[in-house]
Amino acid sequence: MTVKSKKFTVKIIADECKGCNRCVKACPKNILALGNDLNRFGFPYVKLVKDECIGCGACYYSCPEPSALAVYEEV
Amino acid sequence: MEKLKFGKSSGFFDTFERRPGAIKKNMHYCPGCGHGILHKLLAEALEEMDIQDQTVLIAPVGCSVFTYYYFDCGGISVPHGRAPAVGSGIARANPDSFVISYQGDGDLGAIGFNNFIQAANRGENMTVLFVNNAIYGMTGGQMAPTTLPGQKTMTSPQGRDPLTEGYPLKVCETVAALDSPVYVERCALTSYKNIMQAKKALRKGLENLKNRKGFSLIEFLSGCPINLKMTTDEADHFIEERMMKYFPIGKFKDIADDRPAISKHLGIFEPAAVKRILYPNRQSSSKSKDFRNKSEIFTKERRIKCAGFGGQGILSLGMMIANMARLRNFNVTWLPSYGPEMRGGTANCSVVLSRDDVGSPIVDKDTNLLIAMNQPSMDKFLPELKKNGVLLYDSSSIEVPNCSEDKKVFGINAAEIAEDLGDHRVANSVILGALSFILRDYFLEGDDKADFDKTFEEAIIDCFANKKGIVDLNLKAFYKGKAAVETCF
Repeated sequence: MTVKSKKFTVKIIADECKGCNRCVKACPKNILALGNDLNRFGFPYVKLVKDECIGCGACYYSCPEPSALAVYEEV
Repeated sequence: MEKLKFGKSSGFFDTFERRPGAIKKNMHYCPGCGHGILHKLLAEALEEMDIQDQTVLIAPVGCSVFTYYYFDCGGISVPHGRAPAVGSGIARANPDSFVISYQGDGDLGAIGFNNFIQAANRGENMTVLFVNNAIYGMTGGQMAPTTLPGQKTMTSPQGRDPLTEGYPLKVCETVAALDSPVYVERCALTSYKNIMQAKKALRKGLENLKNRKGFSLIEFLSGCPINLKMTTDEADHFIEERMMKYFPIGKFKDIADDRPAISKHLGIFEPAAVKRILYPNRQSSSKSKDFRNKSEIFTKERRIKCAGFGGQGILSLGMMIANMARLRNFNVTWLPSYGPEMRGGTANCSVVLSRDDVGSPIVDKDTNLLIAMNQPSMDKFLPELKKNGVLLYDSSSIEVPNCSEDKKVFGINAAEIAEDLGDHRVANSVILGALSFILRDYFLEGDDKADFDKTFEEAIIDCFANKKGIVDLNLKAFYKGKAAVETCF
């Protein structure tokens, strides 16, 4: 018998990120990291570096921007 | 196929059209700002509780002044620190609304502290969200009432010294000590755990609002990395290691379950009803609304000054003159000027009558008519009397004035006449009687003369509408004064 585990992912809108690092610090699985590239407004932005999201929402609630970052569930 | 688990709340506008500039999707806050975190919690709560349409979110002065860019709910911007005062008005005028006051530590803790603490003490049905970042963030990081001891800011470069600047203001502790507020909690917008606790507290505060439990306060320790000159991590560390020592997080008070839902008296807002309450016995004019005196004199403004001791009825005298003119369809202003000494000192009032709009209600020069009822008033205001002006004074207590030829001077022993009538307080009506005779040519035209006295009577009845017992005596005094001055001519 196999347990079907839910799969989650984080989507980041690069141009809305201000590179404050809050989500990076909040993530319990360390799947986010601040990149070196700059977005359209001159901020470094966060990237997804590992595919191990557990869908806890810590990054979403830590992020101060309304829609820079969102968590999705695969169904 | 993907389903959104955590994403933008519909408590926010989809696009921030009200925000000027090219950026319409994210907020104006600096990177890592705590406001953004709280905004998201609030938008989510508004959406999930389905109270967007009834919510009035009051934006403070401070970084978060632009809440109306972002929140899809009712909103109003108010002067610095006045959010709880305006909120009280909204909550009382419209008890169906949910009033949320969003304030920073400069707004709430400094300039608006009295407004805030009085609203808390009255138990207004509102929830205050207090964002505390230990500095004045918007203006660049000056010392705030909540700045920690020893904390270096722009205006405390040596660190805050409690001996000179006092200790940080503990708002939650202060409010929790009052009886009216039902819910007081302090949270921190730092780690995920703390943010979740803040979410719970915020939800509780809004539930109280919805259940009409009264005043709730939730304080949020919030990072201002840019103006603290720290990284986001350092700012969170500052909050958790330093601020929380002084401002411990936790629930200070929660008595909402023990309190019944409040209902404040509903105000009366219908203009006619307000008028009935304020002026229950207001006389209607004996003149039609279209009546206009054609006298040449009244093509110009008439400026009248009444002055005397406090208690002599100076303000009432001015009010009677103003009423008389109002009943004859003039535009009138009546402006009292009390000295700091209400009884025994000097009081005066300025009355301006005009066919046009009255420019300034203050009469301090070019006076057309001076009524002086004591010597100091005579000495003070006689120089302000215009050329060809009229002076009317109480000759029983004032020496014959020494003024230039062009002035028309009338003295009447008003105080003595009033004594004879048995009440020294009616001297003002005696003066009014004299005035009606002196001014008859000013106000009258043709057959209008017949009911001129009636207009004055109406003015007296109107002025003493709430003291019916003394109306007759004042009317008597009025005719005595009129008779007395007639003999002078």
